[in-house]
Amino acid sequence: MNRIKERLNTDKKVLSIYFTAGYPNLGDTVPIIHELEKSGVDMIEIGLPFSDPLADGPTIQESSTHALKNGMTTELLFEQLAGIRKTISIPLIIMGYFNPVLQYGVEEFCAKCQEIGIDGVILPDLPFDVYQEEYEAIFKKHGLGNTFLITPQTSEERIRKLDAASDGFIYMVSSASTTGAKSGFGEEQLNYFERIAALKLTNPQIVGFGISNAETFKAATANAKGAIIGSAFIKHLTQHGVSTIDKFVAGIR
Amino acid sequence: MSYHANEKGYYGEFGGAFIPEMLFPNCEELRQNYVQVMETDEFRREFQQLLKDYVGRPTPLYFAERLSEKYQTKIYLKREDLCHTGAHKVNNTIGQILMAKKLGKNRIIAETGAGQHGVATATVCALMGIECVVYMGEIDIARQAPNVARMKMLGAEVRPAKSGSRTLKDATNEAIRDWINNPVDTHYIIGSVVGPHPYPDMVARFQSVISEEVKWQLKEKEGREHPDYVVACVGGGSNAAGIYYHYLDTPEVGIIAVEAAGKGINSGESAATSALGKVGIIHGSKTLLMQTPDGQITEPYSISAGLDYPGVGPMHAHLFKSGRGEFISITDDDAMTAGLELSQLEGIIPAIETSHAFAIFNHRKFDKDAVVVINLSGRGDKDLNTYIGYFKI
Ligand SMILES: Cc1ncc(COP(=O)(O)O)c(C=O)c1O
Repeated sequence: MNRIKERLNTDKKVLSIYFTAGYPNLGDTVPIIHELEKSGVDMIEIGLPFSDPLADGPTIQESSTHALKNGMTTELLFEQLAGIRKTISIPLIIMGYFNPVLQYGVEEFCAKCQEIGIDGVILPDLPFDVYQEEYEAIFKKHGLGNTFLITPQTSEERIRKLDAASDGFIYMVSSASTTGAKSGFGEEQLNYFERIAALKLTNPQIVGFGISNAETFKAATANAKGAIIGSAFIKHLTQHGVSTIDKFVAGIR
Repeated sequence: MSYHANEKGYYGEFGGAFIPEMLFPNCEELRQNYVQVMETDEFRREFQQLLKDYVGRPTPLYFAERLSEKYQTKIYLKREDLCHTGAHKVNNTIGQILMAKKLGKNRIIAETGAGQHGVATATVCALMGIECVVYMGEIDIARQAPNVARMKMLGAEVRPAKSGSRTLKDATNEAIRDWINNPVDTHYIIGSVVGPHPYPDMVARFQSVISEEVKWQLKEKEGREHPDYVVACVGGGSNAAGIYYHYLDTPEVGIIAVEAAGKGINSGESAATSALGKVGIIHGSKTLLMQTPDGQITEPYSISAGLDYPGVGPMHAHLFKSGRGEFISITDDDAMTAGLELSQLEGIIPAIETSHAFAIFNHRKFDKDAVVVINLSGRGDKDLNTYIGYFKI
C-alpha cells in the first residue's frame, strides 16, 4: 500500500495501465510489466481473468476468454509473479472478480499477494458491506489495500462512506458503462469529474473506463489525480504485441 | 429457523448482492421499493386481475388417477402448463412488468435460454406496449428457432450473446451489461430465482401464487392444506420456489427438488448443481455453482434447455445445505421416458424440464396414502422436435 501512496503523493498525474494476465500469450505477464515500467507508467493493474466478467465490455471479455484458453490460472499467475519485486518498483494491483479469489481462499490469496509484493486488490463484485464485515481484517493483515469504485450514479452519502473505507485511491468509473464502451467524454462526464473534485475527498481519485488516448487522459486528469487505461491497451497488444508498448505509452502523455 | 430470505436477501449463507458498483443504484432502487410496491392494494389488484383474466389462473390442481394407480400413491398435478404462453414463467413476468411500470421504467431487458422466459417477457411487453430486448446465446438462437420467431412476432428484439460459451449464462451476462449501460430507464426482468438481491425473493413472491392456490385447492380435495410432499424440477428454481413457498416453514411438508443429471452425474455432461456445485458467486448471488477448482464457471449440459444453468437460486442452495430439501438428479433418458409415460397415462405432454420431476417415481417410493403434489411447470409443445428425435416418432 505504501508504494501506491508514495506514487500518488507527487504532483505528477498518474497513468495506470490494466492488462489481462495470460494475454496475448500465456508467458507475456512479466514481459508486459517490465515494458510498462520501462515506459514510465506509474501503476499497473494485473487482470486475473474470469469466465464471466460481467462489468467488462467485449475487448476485456475476449482477452479473458483467450487468457483462460491459454491456460492462465490464479496459481500460475502467482508463479509468474514470484520474484517480480527484484526488478519492478512501481505499484502492482491485482484486479479481478471475486469468485476465483473465493475459490483460492481469501486468506491464502492475500498472503500470496503479500509474499509477492502486490500492493492492492480491486474486486468490483465484492460489495462494500461484505468486505467490511468479512474480509477487511484479512486484507489489512496482509498489507493490502482494497479499492472501491464510484460511478456517476453513486450518491454523495455513499461516496463519503466508500472514501472513509478506502486506503489509497478511489476508482472513479467515468460513465454508466462496462469497460471500453464509450469513446470520448461528453458534457455529462466532465460535470461529474468536477462534481467529484469539489467533494474534496480524502483519497485521490483515479478515473477508469473510456480512457483510450492522450485527449481522454488529459480530460480525465484535469480534475482527478490519474487515469487508468484498459481496453485501449489490450487492443494495442492484440495488434502490435508486447514489443511496442513504449510507443503506446508515449502516445498518452 | 426460516427458509425465506432475510432483510439482506440471504437464505442462510446464500444470496446477497455481489455486484459491481455500477449496478448498485439499479438493485438498490428495486430493493428499497419491491416489497412496498407489491403490498399496495393497487398492485395486488392489478396483479390478481391479470393472473386471472390474462394468464388463466387459478390453474387446476388435478388428481392424476392413472399415474397414482401405477405408482401406488396419491399424485396431484399443479397445472402450470395451462398458463398463457405454456409455463409458470409468465407469473413472474406479469409481476415484474407491473413493478417496472410503478418504478417508471420504459424499457425492458431479459435473458433467455430455451426461450420460454423470453417469450413470457416479450408477451407482457406487448401487453403493456413497452420496448423489449431479449438476450439469447448465439448457440441457443440456432437450436430454439420457434421461440425466437415467437419473440419477434411479439415485437421483441432478440440480441445474440456472442461472448463466452454463447448460452444462457452468457445471455445473462449480456443482460446485466446492458443494465449497467442503461441504469435509469431500463428494468431487467430476470427469469428465475437467481441474480442479486432482491431478485430471488421478488421472483419467489411472484411465483408463490402457485402454492397459495395449492393450499385451498388441496383443502377442497383432501380436506387439508398440507400435502406430504411438493415436487418440482429445478433449473434456476422459480417454479420450485413457487410450489414450495407457502410450505417452506412447514416441516411436515417434504420438499423434493429434481435436477437434471444430463448424461449422468459423473459423465462430465450434467447440470446437477447440488451434486456437482461448490459455493461461489454467479450473476451477483452467492450460491452453489458448477465451476473449475480455479473458480471459472463451467458450462452445464441437459437435454432440456431450461435446466441448463450452472447455478441454482440461493433459496435452493440453502434447502440443500440445510437438509430441508431432498435433492434428486434425473438423467436425460429417465426424463424422456417419464415424459412419454405422462403423455400416455394422463394425456398431458409435459415440457422436458417438467418430465424430470415425473421421473422420481422410479427412483423413490412413497406411502400408499401419501399426498404428492408435482408442479407441472410447462407444456411440451416447444419440445416436440426433441421428443420426435429422441423417440423416432
Ligand atoms: C417448463 C419449464 N419448467 C422449468 C423451467 C426451469 O426454470 P425454473 O427452475 O426457474 O423453474 C423452465 C425454464 O425455461 C421451463 O420452461
